[in-house]
Amino acid sequence: MSFNDHVETAEEIRIRHEDTLCTNESKLVSSLWWYNLKYTLVGIIFGIVFVKAEIISWFRIQEMFQLTSFFMYGVIGTAVVVGAISVFTVKKLGLKSIYGETITFEDKKLNKGQIYGALIFGIGWAITGACPGPLFAQLGSGFTVVIVTIISAITGTWIYGKFREKLPH
Amino acid sequence: MLEFIKQPWHWAVSGTLIGLIVPLLLILGNKKFGISSSFRHICAACFPGDIKFFKYDWKKEVWNWFFVGGIVIGGFIAANFLSNPGELIQVAPETVETLKGYGIKDFTSLLPADLFNWGNLFTLKGLIFFVIGGLLIGFGTRYAGGCTSGHSIMGLANLQKASLVATIFFMAGGFISANILIPLIFKLIQ
Repeated sequence: MSFNDHVETAEEIRIRHEDTLCTNESKLVSSLWWYNLKYTLVGIIFGIVFVKAEIISWFRIQEMFQLTSFFMYGVIGTAVVVGAISVFTVKKLGLKSIYGETITFEDKKLNKGQIYGALIFGIGWAITGACPGPLFAQLGSGFTVVIVTIISAITGTWIYGKFREKLPH
Repeated sequence: MLEFIKQPWHWAVSGTLIGLIVPLLLILGNKKFGISSSFRHICAACFPGDIKFFKYDWKKEVWNWFFVGGIVIGGFIAANFLSNPGELIQVAPETVETLKGYGIKDFTSLLPADLFNWGNLFTLKGLIFFVIGGLLIGFGTRYAGGCTSGHSIMGLANLQKASLVATIFFMAGGFISANILIPLIFKLIQ
C-alpha cells in the first residue's frame, strides 16, 4: 500500500518550499505511513525535554524577556551550538540518512518577512509564553485550553496565506 | 534513575538534547527540524480555499504531524510520570514581584493557572492570551518563514543569515511585548 503516489510538479515543489525552512527532502515518502512513527518517537522525547527543561513555562519566557534570568538563554544557546556542530559534522563527513539518502541543505534568502513577521511572532511569543513547539507540549502537559491557541495559530497561518501576495516581502 | 529524571533539568542538559534533535531528524530521513510548518500543512490539507500558498502536496509533509503529535504525548508523559508533584516551579524573584504586580497569584505550575483556564475563554483575558496570541504566532511565524525551531535552532545551526535576522527580530518583538504591551494588557483586563 502506498500512501501517496502523486508526482509533484516543479511549481508544487516551489510552493511547498516557500516561506519555510522545514521541508521534507526525502524521495522515499511514498513508503508506508507507519514509517513516520519514528518521528513520533523523536517528538515524544522532544516533548519530555520541553516540559523538563521548563521551556513551556510562561514564567520562564517572561524571565527571559525581562532579563531576570539566564536560564532560557542557556537552553537556546546550548541548542544552537550543539545543532551547529552537528550540521557541520554531517556536512563534513557527507553523512547519509539511515535509508542511504544524501542529507541536503538549502539556503534561505533574506526577505522583509524575517523582520515584520518575526516581530509579530515575537509579540505573540511573550503573550502566550510559547513558541509553536511548546504549545503542543503545553497541551499535552494538561493545559487543554491551549488547543484554542493552536487553532488560532492555524487560523493566523491561513490569514497569512490569504494575504501573502499583498504583504511586503 | 527515575528519581534522577524527575528533578528539574539543568539548562545545558536540556539545550544539548534539543540541539541533538537536528541531526537525529536529518539522519532518520533528511528532515529539517521545524514545527510551525505543521500549521500550514493543516491549512493545506483541510481548508486550502483557492489560495496558491496552500496548493502543494501536503502528503509529502505528514511526517511533521507525526512529530508534533509526539510532542503532545511527550508533554503528557513528562507532566504525569516524570515530575515531582507539588514541587514549586522556579522563577526569578524579580519577575515574581513584577508579575504579582500584574495580579498573577498562582505560581505553582508551568503556566499561571489563573490565566490559562477554560473559564477565561470567553473573557477579554482569553481573547488576548489565547486567541490574539495564537493568531500572532501563526501569522508571524509563517511570514518570517519559521519559528524558534526552524530559524533559531535549525537555521542558525546551518549558519543562515535570514535566520539570524529572524531571531534578532523574534527577540525584539518579545522584549517589546513583555516589557511594554503585557503591562498594558494587565492594566486593561483588571
